[in-house]
Amino acid sequence: MISFFSKLALKNTEKPPEIVQSAYMDKSASLQELGYKDDNDLRETIYDFLRTIRDPEKPSTLEDLKVVYEEGIFVKEPTEDKVPVLRVEYNPTVPHCSLATLIGLCIRIKIQRSLHHPVKLDIYIKKGAHTTEDEINKQINDKERIAAAMENPNLRNLVETCIADEG
Amino acid sequence: MAKLELLQSLSGHKGIVWNVSWHPLGKIFASCGEDKIIKLWGKEGESWSTKTVLVDGHQRTIREVSWSPCGNFIASASFDGTTAVWDKKSGQFECNATLEGHENEVKSVAWSPSGQLLATCGRDKSVWVWEVAGEDEYVCEAVLNVHNQDVKKVAWHPSSDILASASYDNTVKMYKEDQSDNDWTCVATLQSHESTVWSLTFDKSGKRLATCSDDRTVKIWQEFGPDNQEGVNLEDRESIWKCVCTLSGYHTRCIYDITWCTSTGLIATACGDDIIRVFKETDDSDPNAPTFDLIHTKLNAHSQDVNCVKWNPSGNQELVSCSDNGEVKIWKFTEQ
Repeated sequence: MISFFSKLALKNTEKPPEIVQSAYMDKSASLQELGYKDDNDLRETIYDFLRTIRDPEKPSTLEDLKVVYEEGIFVKEPTEDKVPVLRVEYNPTVPHCSLATLIGLCIRIKIQRSLHHPVKLDIYIKKGAHTTEDEINKQINDKERIAAAMENPNLRNLVETCIADEG
Repeated sequence: MAKLELLQSLSGHKGIVWNVSWHPLGKIFASCGEDKIIKLWGKEGESWSTKTVLVDGHQRTIREVSWSPCGNFIASASFDGTTAVWDKKSGQFECNATLEGHENEVKSVAWSPSGQLLATCGRDKSVWVWEVAGEDEYVCEAVLNVHNQDVKKVAWHPSSDILASASYDNTVKMYKEDQSDNDWTCVATLQSHESTVWSLTFDKSGKRLATCSDDRTVKIWQEFGPDNQEGVNLEDRESIWKCVCTLSGYHTRCIYDITWCTSTGLIATACGDDIIRVFKETDDSDPNAPTFDLIHTKLNAHSQDVNCVKWNPSGNQELVSCSDNGEVKIWKFTEQ
């Protein structure tokens, strides 16, 4: 017999979050026109967004724990449409860290919310830094899984708490 | 020179527009997405506008909409774990049936060519086949648990009740009903992609299938049936599907969708590099080792990822596409 019982909890007690749209979507703009001096300036800007993300468990930031680091941000060859491509590597504190996926999600959402121009993001765990890195890498770069995760109220709250601005 | 000319840019959705689906006659289409609504678009004179908005069917993102072959029903698959079936018995589209059973996000829904069967799939790794059992009544015929990851897309063969599914486990599976015991079983596994297979489309004959993947390639698969001329050996007289062509080096990001035009034979792709590409089989193509040319690259087709592309089923060379920023666009393809 097939169960028709749905395991999804769908209590809509909270007001649905507003959908955030980027303010500036002109793709013909060069890095300079977007306000960056060069690749390095873009890297530093991205790092500034990431360093203040709070660890989901510890009372520290990802910078304090060296989960994110400036050398882990790479500006890659832009797309044919000249959209900047960024690769962000991060280093979970322990190789079996159960929150590695959540940290990857926080990194992606923080960058997407902070930048006001198009960018293509590839987020990876530092090679060899996690026992299930291939699995996690695949998940945190799948836009459908990310979109669904952000509609899960519990996960969304966790992400919001980690990426909220100080104060 | 081939070109893809923008006929109209349609706004109205908020956030990600995940999917678009043509009415079988190609005069109306539906779109859906993150804003949990379904919009029906129709043409008035030369311009397209919203005809109807279907609301309150789902509590989370609507991932896919599918128009029934008769045009009287729309099925919608949602991240809320349900599939809704809308009909217009009352004169306007209303949701009169909700199919429950998937444990979490439903990612795709498709009507069989007869309109008697519906297939759904989701993150719970399963593919479900539903039968239309009567007015507003749908009965689950089979739950197929053969993928070992998230199932991204289901599509029916154009003329028989053969179902194909694409998965995060990098494979495509095919299923059909065993006539002796009415059991649905997996009859083929198509293995060659190196990452998630996001979408798939049969050609007009149903002898070929095109798939697209996060591995940035498109693959063309061909059916070798019983007594095939090529001498391909089969077990149990069951058809096998072989990859006969791989299109690599064209796409620079994940390919989210693919559509095979039933009248022109052209293939269009939706890519995470914001570009729509059109491929055509070459004139001297070998039937068993076909070759395809990239005949058009529409740079900057959208401001963000192209999530879906669909050729108009009427064969008028119109293409509809959608993207992340609420964008839906109608294009006209011409080849001189």
